[in-house]
Amino acid sequence: MNPDLQCTFFDDDCHYSLRELCNVCNVHAQFIQELIDEGILSPQGQKPQEWRFRAVEIKRIQVSIRLQKDLRINLPGTALALDLLDEIARLRQSKSRLEQLYSLEEQG
Amino acid sequence: MEFKDYYTTLGIDRDATQDEVKRAYRKLARKFHPDINKGDDAEVRFKEIGEAYEVLQDTEKRAAYDKFGKDWQAGQDFNPPPNWDDGFEFHGGGYTETDASQFSDFFESLFGARNRAERQRPYGTSHATYSGKGQDLHAKIVITLEDSYRGSKQSLTLQRPTVDESGHVLTEPHTLQVTIPKGITEGQQIRLSGQGAPGMGQGPAGDLFLEVAFAKHPFFTPDNRDIMLTLPIAPWEAALGATVPVPTLGGVVELKIPPASQTGKKLRLKKRGLCSAKASGDQYVTLAIMTPKPVTDKDKELYNDMKKSMFFNPRSHLGV
Repeated sequence: MNPDLQCTFFDDDCHYSLRELCNVCNVHAQFIQELIDEGILSPQGQKPQEWRFRAVEIKRIQVSIRLQKDLRINLPGTALALDLLDEIARLRQSKSRLEQLYSLEEQG
Repeated sequence: MEFKDYYTTLGIDRDATQDEVKRAYRKLARKFHPDINKGDDAEVRFKEIGEAYEVLQDTEKRAAYDKFGKDWQAGQDFNPPPNWDDGFEFHGGGYTETDASQFSDFFESLFGARNRAERQRPYGTSHATYSGKGQDLHAKIVITLEDSYRGSKQSLTLQRPTVDESGHVLTEPHTLQVTIPKGITEGQQIRLSGQGAPGMGQGPAGDLFLEVAFAKHPFFTPDNRDIMLTLPIAPWEAALGATVPVPTLGGVVELKIPPASQTGKKLRLKKRGLCSAKASGDQYVTLAIMTPKPVTDKDKELYNDMKKSMFFNPRSHLGV
């Protein structure tokens, strides 16, 4: 159907340099620096040349861009929203596990 | 074509002030933003809200839209009367930041397609180098845990914007064959280069980002690479120890339950989770002791025997 379809998988096995991150997300390094200063991204390494980012941070950048654009949220607000979204995801997960246990009790 | 009631979409009265329109939009946009709201209809609702706001926030467009008055109901078959827009002039400006290429046919028939340059504004350009590259598109791909465990191929049909010879943007269904690598986890992304929106001029097409989501499984819950399962066991299996069959994504395996196990005890099945080439996940089994219902007199007798001979107080730690 699409024999020459070029797929790239962003998984946690790989790490990405600042340049790769800018290319993938179509943003300037300055924007990445702002996200790091706000604590939205936390690369390994000391200097920009040594920075290594995880795949999950690509998604954090994309969500940051969308939240800023669609909801006019500033950077600190975006950082807060991302943290709360992570927390909600964690809570949903433990909720679904507890529900599983509860539904067993109902059956029993 | 169906008539769209933009006032109902924003949950406001027809005589709402411009401030009320803005407030209603902002509140709903926050509620239904697809990055925030994980509901299945969030994306659709978010687009509808954006479209309604696009019309109602602009006093000229709103006045033109209001000409249809109360005679129309949402969902009713609709064709705009000829020359309906006489006396109105829609300016290029005044568009919100909403992605207008996603607007409905109803909107297009009233207010016309936006010119291509405007439609092709790349996502998040405030921080982007403007190179004429097409917009990156984002979509979700829902797969089963088994798809990830084994790796699979998925067919995906997307409504993709394309540009015809006269420069109009049309959406048409487009089917892609996507390879799902073994051990992919929820939230990971697959980028399909050049499968996004067409570029401007000689610019390359944007990319398509697919975010992986797992369909709800009847009994497995994923936690990144690990798979969680609550396993019901009989009281005697818990008390005396036993070897019991356990379902895993790779098939049934035998699990050894140590004697004197309690509900909530967690046992690990190594590498039975979502394993990729470089990383591996485990399956965690949480025991849940199920008490058999005493049905026959013999059952009741057995429970009574236990009560008499075991002196068990499950509430001793509560001091009662």
